Amino acid sequence: MFLTRKAEFSASHVCANPAWSADQNQAVYGNNANPNGHGHNYVLEVTLTGDPDPVTGMVFDLRELKEILNREVVDPMDHRFLNKEVPPFDRVVPTTENLAVEIWRRIAPQIRRDGVRLHNVRLYETADLYVDYEGGHFEDQR
Amino acid sequence: MRLTSRYRFSASHRLDTPALTPEENRKLYGKCNNPHGHGHDYVLDITVDGPVDQDGQVVNREAMDALVRKQVLARLDHKNLNADVPELAVSVTTTENLARLVHGALSEHWTLSARLARVRISETARNTFELEVPQG
Repeated sequence: MFLTRKAEFSASHVCANPAWSADQNQAVYGNNANPNGHGHNYVLEVTLTGDPDPVTGMVFDLRELKEILNREVVDPMDHRFLNKEVPPFDRVVPTTENLAVEIWRRIAPQIRRDGVRLHNVRLYETADLYVDYEGGHFEDQR
Repeated sequence: MRLTSRYRFSASHRLDTPALTPEENRKLYGKCNNPHGHGHDYVLDITVDGPVDQDGQVVNREAMDALVRKQVLARLDHKNLNADVPELAVSVTTTENLARLVHGALSEHWTLSARLARVRISETARNTFELEVPQG
């Protein structure tokens, strides 16, 4: 069974490679390269998969999941400038893709119940654009 | 990783097939067979799938938007699907056929690094059609 919990956070970011010219950054990241930054109301949907516990009837304790999301994502990222305040985005470009990978890294080890694991991280940058990340080899690229 | 981007277009159409009699068309398609046509604000979700590149992206957003605008939105937005879209003249303008048309138009001109993984079109908030593109 799949279980999905939603969380929101608002943050600003700049998507630019400091080694490149403004034109290069504009070509790759478009408006997101504005050096002064801009913001989004990010919406995060975290999906776990596993069988419900035979006693509690739950795949995972929702209160615990909420606490994990708050501790690992919302508290450190909400109302922050990602590039300046949330490592590793001082050296990793905070694209929505890289943000999804970082959120996976933070949350996956916290899902400690036998037979239950993180299945998908869906991150909406806006209502019209989102990424889905199911873990895997991109984690090791940096 | 998958990235989904949402687009919108508004168009009119009429569901009617020459394979059936007028009475059969009325019975099958109901209100959608109204001879004067009717319209929808379609919502189109395009999903691409691929590795995250060195720039931290699955796909260049502006290249993707430009492709969808040119190959899909420019041909469908504020059009009469029965009268203005030659590819649909030979088929019924159902949203199923529209999804196939969008898939064909995009894949024919696909230049993006990530692969086209899914075309999803909502005709109204209550009706959604998904075309999953097989790998390889």
